[in-house]
Amino acid sequence: MELAERLLSGDKRAAARLITLVENKDPKAFEILKKIYHKSGNAYVIGITGPPGAGKSTLTDKLVKALRKKDKKIGIIAVDPTSPFTGGSILGDRVRMTDLALDRSVFIRSMGARGHLGGLSESTQAAVKILDLYGCDYIFIETVGVGQSEVDIVKTCDTTVMVMVPGLGDDIQAIKAGIMEIGDVFAVNKADRDGAKRTAREINMMLDFNKADWRPPVELVIAVDNKGVAELLEHIEKHRVYIEDTGEKEKRRIQNCKTEIVDLVQQRLMNIMLDKSNKEELINELSSKVASRKADPYSACELVFENLKVDL
Amino acid sequence: MDRPIRVLVAKPGLDGHDRGAKVIARALRDAGMEVIYTGLRQTPEQIVSAAVQEDVDVVAMSILSGAHNTLLPKVVDLLKAEGVDDMLVVGGGVIPDEDIPFLKEKGVAEVFTPGTPTQVTIDYIKENIMK
Amino acid sequence: MFDKEKMTQIKEGAQAFEAKTQKSLEKRPERQEKFYTGSGDEVKRLYTPGDLEEIDYNADLGLPGQYPYTRGAQPTMYRGRLWTMRMYAGFATAEESNKRYKYLIEQGSMGLSVAFDLPTQIGYDSDHSLSEGEVGKVGVAIDSLADMEILFDGIPLDKVSTSMTINAPASVLLAMYIAVGEKQGVSADKLRGTIQNDILKEYIARGTYIFPTEPSMRLITNIFEYCSKEVPKWNTISISGYHIREAGSTAAQEVGFTLADGIAYVDAAIKAGLDVDSFAPRLSFFFNAHNDLLEEVAKFRAARRLWAKIMKERFGAKDPRSMRLKFHTQTGGSTLTAQQPENNIVRVAIQTLAAVLGGTQSLHTNSKDEALALPTEDSVRVALRTQQVVAYESGVTNTVDPLAGSYYIEAKTKEIEDRAMEYIKKIDEIGGAPRAIDMGYIQQEIMDAAYQYQKEVESDERIVVGMNKFQIEEEAPKGLLRVDPSVGELQKNKLAKLRDERDNEVVSEKLNALRKACEGNDNLMPFILDAVRVYATLGEICGVMREVFGEYQQSVNL
Repeated sequence: MELAERLLSGDKRAAARLITLVENKDPKAFEILKKIYHKSGNAYVIGITGPPGAGKSTLTDKLVKALRKKDKKIGIIAVDPTSPFTGGSILGDRVRMTDLALDRSVFIRSMGARGHLGGLSESTQAAVKILDLYGCDYIFIETVGVGQSEVDIVKTCDTTVMVMVPGLGDDIQAIKAGIMEIGDVFAVNKADRDGAKRTAREINMMLDFNKADWRPPVELVIAVDNKGVAELLEHIEKHRVYIEDTGEKEKRRIQNCKTEIVDLVQQRLMNIMLDKSNKEELINELSSKVASRKADPYSACELVFENLKVDL
Repeated sequence: MDRPIRVLVAKPGLDGHDRGAKVIARALRDAGMEVIYTGLRQTPEQIVSAAVQEDVDVVAMSILSGAHNTLLPKVVDLLKAEGVDDMLVVGGGVIPDEDIPFLKEKGVAEVFTPGTPTQVTIDYIKENIMK
Repeated sequence: MFDKEKMTQIKEGAQAFEAKTQKSLEKRPERQEKFYTGSGDEVKRLYTPGDLEEIDYNADLGLPGQYPYTRGAQPTMYRGRLWTMRMYAGFATAEESNKRYKYLIEQGSMGLSVAFDLPTQIGYDSDHSLSEGEVGKVGVAIDSLADMEILFDGIPLDKVSTSMTINAPASVLLAMYIAVGEKQGVSADKLRGTIQNDILKEYIARGTYIFPTEPSMRLITNIFEYCSKEVPKWNTISISGYHIREAGSTAAQEVGFTLADGIAYVDAAIKAGLDVDSFAPRLSFFFNAHNDLLEEVAKFRAARRLWAKIMKERFGAKDPRSMRLKFHTQTGGSTLTAQQPENNIVRVAIQTLAAVLGGTQSLHTNSKDEALALPTEDSVRVALRTQQVVAYESGVTNTVDPLAGSYYIEAKTKEIEDRAMEYIKKIDEIGGAPRAIDMGYIQQEIMDAAYQYQKEVESDERIVVGMNKFQIEEEAPKGLLRVDPSVGELQKNKLAKLRDERDNEVVSEKLNALRKACEGNDNLMPFILDAVRVYATLGEICGVMREVFGEYQQSVNL
């Protein structure tokens, strides 16, 4: 168990390699995680999300620098779920965190979608565990806040910061539902721009409908100038105290574990169902038949299911 | 191989001409690779730190400032100092032919000079990754 | 330009010609299904007056030296005076570069153009850790006034005009130039030259930025204001499309994005309280010349016309000089090939023609070996001779704007103007060039064009002679210029000596005064000049500004 020991002793390369194995769905990685999982759970996980161009990476960079002054060890997982059909991707979040690369107490990892459904969320959660075991006090997950897979990712965080910018107009309406659900703290970035106060007001109005005990605060920040960052960090800490004192954190983590288990099972089922060797072919064949009305989708489903039972 | 090759594309040194770096980043992406792009003015220390954290297969550096003989070998040395021995290090940019033997001797696996088709670089990477 | 009846006849004739030609194509097809310009725009088989229907001679073309300046910035153009043959040069130490300048002046170069090394361009002294390996590589290393004195030793500043490719620290280098003038007994009002001073295109394409947008724009408007009073013959900015094109843009993007940057500078200066006609006559531009001769000529003419309209209509300029776009040209570095470098001489000749037929005010011609290294003295001479051949032997200088009236050129001029205007409108919608850069919009548009170009070359849809067609086996070129690696040490030693010998108390006093000024709202030029005069180094001065202003964060969209 060399890799596990190295990870637990804070070996950077071991952490990096384990994340690679996890991303490649290498069974070795999960065997290792099985053995040391019980040691995890110490890191506080913060999600940073919001629309493209909101300045999430810059804000993450500044929040991390503020935490580094308190001598905390930090992990950052920069997730970019958007990749074209080739399966390749360009992950550019490090560009806005270049000075952090020299800080030996900060570990940054970029992750792409790699084309598989749901798999990204699984890899991200495994990477969180690895950085947790590597000894990080805080782990940031930074991702674009559009689409279901991203929502899945940030839902697993202890505190999620929703980053907005003025001038998004209708976009605010469009992602309103998502916002209500997942933002614990709101940041209106680029607050020196026209319309920042109005954006903050609009968000506040939406949040006023929320009758939950925790009323998410809305902070104006200018990440590039490091303005409002300390205040934002205070809100995050307050939220942390809130969820720890009220037992919300425990509840959330149990809920998250449930989601994770269900997801893993689902993923495995999907893998079985889409097993390249036979069943995917079967499904393809059935699809043609259903389309040409030679079969109906309900019978097709039953047929696929019959086939599955053998493996299960 | 059903996992994408991970490549760090970096610009060491102070020159700001990133057309080549961006073109190669896109070409590698379109060839199915996962490219981690680090932007301008990266010191060898920053490049190595990123390469280690990202656990990449390849470190690809584009440099047009003429500082290649100083900076590229430094990246190789720092990788060695971190105990990394399975990353392919390649360079590209305005690098005179007569400097290439020196760079190779210092551990840069290959150097791609102006006019090299991106496909050549892609093929080289696919054939030579060490992991 | 034609009456209605004639126009109908011409158009009908052209249509009949097309119909007839289409038939004969079945038997004898053309070489390609479609033809494209260097920028990838489709070119028609034939252009006739029918393509110029929307063009009004008086309003759109007019006369040279008159609004809208389509036909040229001056009335007599090269009959009056040839363009300034200005060769960009500089490497290693101030001593070495000084020798090269004197050589160029002897060979007939009419103005100096100083290339600085990267540490200088980014505001680091030669002994800074980030300068390692970079000192003196792509230009001359200037750490303090002491280096600048050597650089212009024996070159009287009232006799030459000097262009300096310096942007983020432009204020500091200009101050050093003024201080050298003082030492030579040449007052600031007699100094002629240009600083590039165009930070927006650094964010977009060239990458030698230091400070964030807002303080950078302040420095630029400070220079506008200071020079309008103290250095009236100085071109305070060279708004550059050159690097945008080098980064891979199309010709229309080059015009559109460059003029959008120009609009941002004018906006900033007006916002700072300056009257448009007090600074606009000193604005100058800098464009690229690529291989598609006719497209390039049209581009230059379109840029002139569009800028004239913008200054008059958008900014209400009254002084005709504010509306007149003057520009420097450099031949396209990215068009040069490392393969068969002699072919580059021919490319440069075509590009020289494009610049001259487009009415450039000054020109730098690249040397054949620049895809490989910095040019040697011999190859620089050939590049300069290329300009001289065009000037004295080609005959294109004998009349003003000789390609005007060509149906293709005029149609293309209009097309580029329209497309550039579309980009400007789009950028206006986003909220201006700085915002569009921050969003990565401009960079992404350029990158898309660059990647498209690369794919065309690799699929052989686009032929680059010697590179993807007509290749030969070649030996590695010999005799390339190499910068002595000891330059770094040399500069470090000079700096150590300087720091030892100067009055350090007065240096920190002046730097503190500068720091206070940066925190307030005063024009920074006098404070920078004071610091320069007592031999504060470039790195120290920029260091103070870095502390107050912070640093720019690159925006990358891939």
